[in-house]
Amino acid sequence: MSIVIKNLTKRFGSMVALNDVCFEAPAGELLALLGPSGSGKTTLLRVIAGLEFADVGTVKFENEDVTHRSPKERQVGFVFQHYALFRHMTVFENVAFGLRVRHRPNSEVTPRVMQLLELVRLGGLEKRYPSQLSGGQRQRVALARALAVQPRMLLLDEPFGALDAKVRAELRQWLRQLHEEIHVTTVFVTHDQEEAFEVADRVVVMQKGRIEQSGSPQEVFDHPASPFVMDFIGNVNVFHGRVQHGKAHMGSLQIDYPDYPQAESREATAYVRPHELDVDKAPFAKSSICGRITQVNPAGSLAKLRIWSDEFGMALNVDLDHDRFSALGLASGDMIYVSPRRARVFVPETTEVDYSI
Amino acid sequence: MSSKRVLPGLPFSLSFSLIYLLLMVIIPLTACLFAASSLTPAQFLKAVWDERARCAYWVTFSCSAAAAVVDTFLGLLLAWVLVRYEFPGKRLMDSLVDLPFAMPTAVAGLVYSALYSQNGWFGRVLLPLGIPTANSWLAIVLVLSFIGLPFVVRAVQPVLEGIDAELEEAAACLGATRWQTFTKVLLPTLYPALVTGFALTFARGIGEYGSVIFVSGNRQFQTEIAPFLIVVRLEEFAYAEATAIASVLLFASFCMLGLINFMERKTMGSGH
Repeated sequence: MSIVIKNLTKRFGSMVALNDVCFEAPAGELLALLGPSGSGKTTLLRVIAGLEFADVGTVKFENEDVTHRSPKERQVGFVFQHYALFRHMTVFENVAFGLRVRHRPNSEVTPRVMQLLELVRLGGLEKRYPSQLSGGQRQRVALARALAVQPRMLLLDEPFGALDAKVRAELRQWLRQLHEEIHVTTVFVTHDQEEAFEVADRVVVMQKGRIEQSGSPQEVFDHPASPFVMDFIGNVNVFHGRVQHGKAHMGSLQIDYPDYPQAESREATAYVRPHELDVDKAPFAKSSICGRITQVNPAGSLAKLRIWSDEFGMALNVDLDHDRFSALGLASGDMIYVSPRRARVFVPETTEVDYSI
Repeated sequence: MSSKRVLPGLPFSLSFSLIYLLLMVIIPLTACLFAASSLTPAQFLKAVWDERARCAYWVTFSCSAAAAVVDTFLGLLLAWVLVRYEFPGKRLMDSLVDLPFAMPTAVAGLVYSALYSQNGWFGRVLLPLGIPTANSWLAIVLVLSFIGLPFVVRAVQPVLEGIDAELEEAAACLGATRWQTFTKVLLPTLYPALVTGFALTFARGIGEYGSVIFVSGNRQFQTEIAPFLIVVRLEEFAYAEATAIASVLLFASFCMLGLINFMERKTMGSGH
């Protein structure tokens, strides 16, 4: 079942939590709402569930207007960040809750609950209480409970937020897999870009109650629509400077910027990801900046360098593959030259132009 | 080293607590039992189990239980209102809940007897309707409910405040009605607090003296409470008999405590 949202606005006092938000989640898709805390992503999810009501705007499930419906009438499965399991009930009764309140007979409840517990790989734990389970297990109980009533869609609020890194990675994979199996429209909220990119079919990036960008993980990562998205979805080096005559000048760095041919000089910002910076022991490319290596961290799939640039008064993050790193034989304290292979320049009031040197 | 602890002063604080317990609780209670033991078994039985005493126990326990039941409902309602709603005067109302704690119980007794006596504001209306408000079983229940109410409110309030709104939202998303959410989710969570509140009110009712004697009329076999009977015996200089009755009340209190502990542990076992 698809979700169509039009012009949602929601205020809490003077705080605008959602500001004219429009978006659409096609049926059967797995969609991530990504944003920093306070970006309105959880509020949006709660408005979809009917736990919060928007001041303006409509929420439609397929063609049905549910804007003023209660959560009960909307039949959505909602998984809370802290699971909200009923502590006085066993795992079985937690999962059965939605069926019990509908007065379904035991002959229907028992097989359904058992089948769901198998699905979330909790078979044999039905007599336990939530307090006797690990965080990951509780998360899966919450999911099974939400699925028991055959919801029209599944909404998850920071589903992996409270778990440790390893369990989190496992559960992500598992959620993806589960979605392939049951194919119910799923929206989950996260502040972790890696999580969003790994799990979702589509990512919606939010900031200050607005949608900044919406698209496939690939699109969002490769073509960020705004400086905010660029900054938010990964480590990035930011250079401030000016543009004029089709060139951006960031200190001694010069980057072509054909989109701004005017003679009038304007402020601009260039964003470069750590893996898009090249280093060498002598000046290279059209322009490069000089810096001193302050930190070397070769542990991991890439060698990470921190290079202090006196000219910009800031430290640059550079990722190098290990071959290049050992070929250069770099150590902390070395002087080194840095130049971007690729940069995105944003001039206020114009869109991003992506472009390679 | 295993003897090193994070909190210092364990020997001091522990010995202080033990000495306090000994001086204030154990020695007086033992003295009570000791005094009662000066009676022969037959005398003891006569003192604690003659008809007057049995009636007094009945009045004490039935009134306390009834008051505890009333307070459990009223207290839950009041705590609910104080936690869940915003209204002008809420803080004042919240502090008024503690009034029965602060007020000398004799004052409560006096006010109640004035209101519910034949000529009192309420008594004047209720008595002709056939509701015996003054000097009756009902009057005792009424005044005990007043005295015990804060126990339930103060036991339930923090638990109710601590209940995560998400629990109710989860229930609503799963299709529960408000009533189902209340009975299946909230009430079971509040159950231990309600048991505690009930027990405290009940125990307080058994011990209450000051307010009851003003409203009950203290008629033998009818509205005489066990603590009053102890006083009567003392005035007759029958100290041993008085302590015998006291030891029965003591025994009953211990049984209550044990029962409540058991109930609380049972509910704890299923959660936490």
